[in-house]
Amino acid sequence: MRGDGLRGATASLELVCPAGTPAALRAAVTAGADAVYCGFSDATNARNFPGLNFSPDEMRVAIEFAHTRAVKVLIAINTYPQAGKLQLWHQAIDHAAEFGADAVILADMGLLAYAADRHPTLRRHLSVQASASNRESISFFVREFGVKRVVLPRVLTVEEIAELNSEISVETEVFVFGGLCVMAEGRCALSSYVTGQSPNMNGVCSPACAVGYEMRGDEMVSRLGDVTIDIYPAHAPAGYPTICKGQYLVRGERQYLFEEPTSLSALGILPHLQRAGVTAIKIEGRQRGKAYITDVVASFRQAIDTLGHGGEKRAAALAHLTEGGQVTKGAYQKSWR
Amino acid sequence: MGNMKATYLQPVLTAARPTTPPACLTMGPVVFNWAPQKWRDFYFRIADEAPVDMVYIGEVVCAKRLPFLAPVLPDVMARLAAAGKEVVLSTLALNMNRRELNLLREMASEEAVLVEANDIAALSLLNGRPHIVGPYVNVYNEGTLDLLAKGGAIRVVLPAELPGSSIALLIETGVPLEIQVFGRMPLAISARCYHARAENLHKDGCRFVCERDPDGLSVDTLDGEPFLAVNGLQTLSHGCLNLGQHMMDLVCKGIRHFRLQPHMMDMVEVARLYRNLLDGHLSADELAATLPRPDGAAFVDGFYRGIPGLSAMEM
Repeated sequence: MRGDGLRGATASLELVCPAGTPAALRAAVTAGADAVYCGFSDATNARNFPGLNFSPDEMRVAIEFAHTRAVKVLIAINTYPQAGKLQLWHQAIDHAAEFGADAVILADMGLLAYAADRHPTLRRHLSVQASASNRESISFFVREFGVKRVVLPRVLTVEEIAELNSEISVETEVFVFGGLCVMAEGRCALSSYVTGQSPNMNGVCSPACAVGYEMRGDEMVSRLGDVTIDIYPAHAPAGYPTICKGQYLVRGERQYLFEEPTSLSALGILPHLQRAGVTAIKIEGRQRGKAYITDVVASFRQAIDTLGHGGEKRAAALAHLTEGGQVTKGAYQKSWR
Repeated sequence: MGNMKATYLQPVLTAARPTTPPACLTMGPVVFNWAPQKWRDFYFRIADEAPVDMVYIGEVVCAKRLPFLAPVLPDVMARLAAAGKEVVLSTLALNMNRRELNLLREMASEEAVLVEANDIAALSLLNGRPHIVGPYVNVYNEGTLDLLAKGGAIRVVLPAELPGSSIALLIETGVPLEIQVFGRMPLAISARCYHARAENLHKDGCRFVCERDPDGLSVDTLDGEPFLAVNGLQTLSHGCLNLGQHMMDLVCKGIRHFRLQPHMMDMVEVARLYRNLLDGHLSADELAATLPRPDGAAFVDGFYRGIPGLSAMEM
């Protein structure tokens, strides 16, 4: 399965789908994923949640299953190793190579160097957590570590992505659906400021163990650690308390200062992303169950296969899968800034 | 036995100490949008009066602010150099387009000036010649630190969220490290301007509303508790870092550079207080009792202790 390119000369967008469990991986493969990304059950990946991810044996079996269906498996080892604990991250890369993964998704420079040195034929993708947002940064990762694909941080407009693709020699992958980071990924310590655990160090953002809800009179208060993130009327659905989607007081006024409790959907602009030279589109959500995965993957499969023939209209059909029904095109449109 | 050995060796260790370079203070770059005259006067006074050895200058948050600083930058650099300070030019933390990259190239090509790289693009352009790696580059472990040193980094300023246990391990690599010890901590950077958003504006038509808040715009929880401080594209802690209690330990372990983050307050006095601490003329408790605080913020040191970063310093 491994080769120089993940896709041939066809201009079709590659659909990269999340899998937090072997069951979700089978669901994604069956529903039409071109590639599935997943991680090991430890701090090496950026969705290090209890009960999620793959043991080495599960990973080996999952890769065999996906390969029989001609679907690629990309292994995310995209946190930043903690000082003195490099062994765990090195082992994850060694396992990925041994099991025949189609690529590893890395962010840390030291790990990229390790992978390039020890497993030169294992394809290296640059994780969104590396926040490579411009030509020069991407050139650095290509030159120094032979990176073949860059997952772009969610800070660029479609026009900027087009400009970037005209200037670089490697593939780009962009997020199109699911959770939305409003900060440059891999450069945010809000979670550790409140909980002591962060995406970069621990592979978690706003970890469930720090989440609390409490009733105050007829209001529901959502909290993370010791911090109140939002207050809802008792009858309204309370969102997950992610710091950047919280409501705060700014000059005495209540505001969703960073972002509303919303999620990303770029389903409506797939043709624009394709014209901007994007190779692969990525769905966020390794924490999601298999019913969700099946629904979203099938919708995007159909949208890609019918691009230019009304496939974009599938967008409305996915509204029920987004947080509070609210979606945004995020940084892809300039007015978001 | 272990204790006895340590006591026996103590005079030897103490005698050996003068051969290591003394610990010094650095002044980080002003991250806020201060009016050019204020910005210039601040650095002039630092040049003339502050007991700091190194001074970082340059816009690190928003490219739109750069044209305002450019006219006063040469005077500031000359004044600092004349006062015997080592001047370091800091780059933007987030570069997103050709214009910003061109500017970066211009800075990196200035061979006579030491540059602090705050993103990978800057690292790429400075690769192979002496430079400093800033706190906006992700450095969490010895593998990455070694690579950076091989690429020409003569010193690395560590990210805010690193715990003391990691810092101790990174010191063992021998790569010179710098650690912020005072001021609000940078927590996140975004393409979106929150200062503009707070005023129902967009980044393109921001009217430079960030200049109203010289220490950042306070963000409180709905319970009225101070939480964060917004500075345009940047989000900072509301709490003010003060690592005074841990500095002598860090000096013993080998840290020689301690960074003060400028705020709209008497930073000369802040530098004098930290200098007195390093020289043994002031205790950490006395320092905490005397230091000014931005917006009356609490002193925090949670990241260093490996707990939530907003945790207040234990007095």
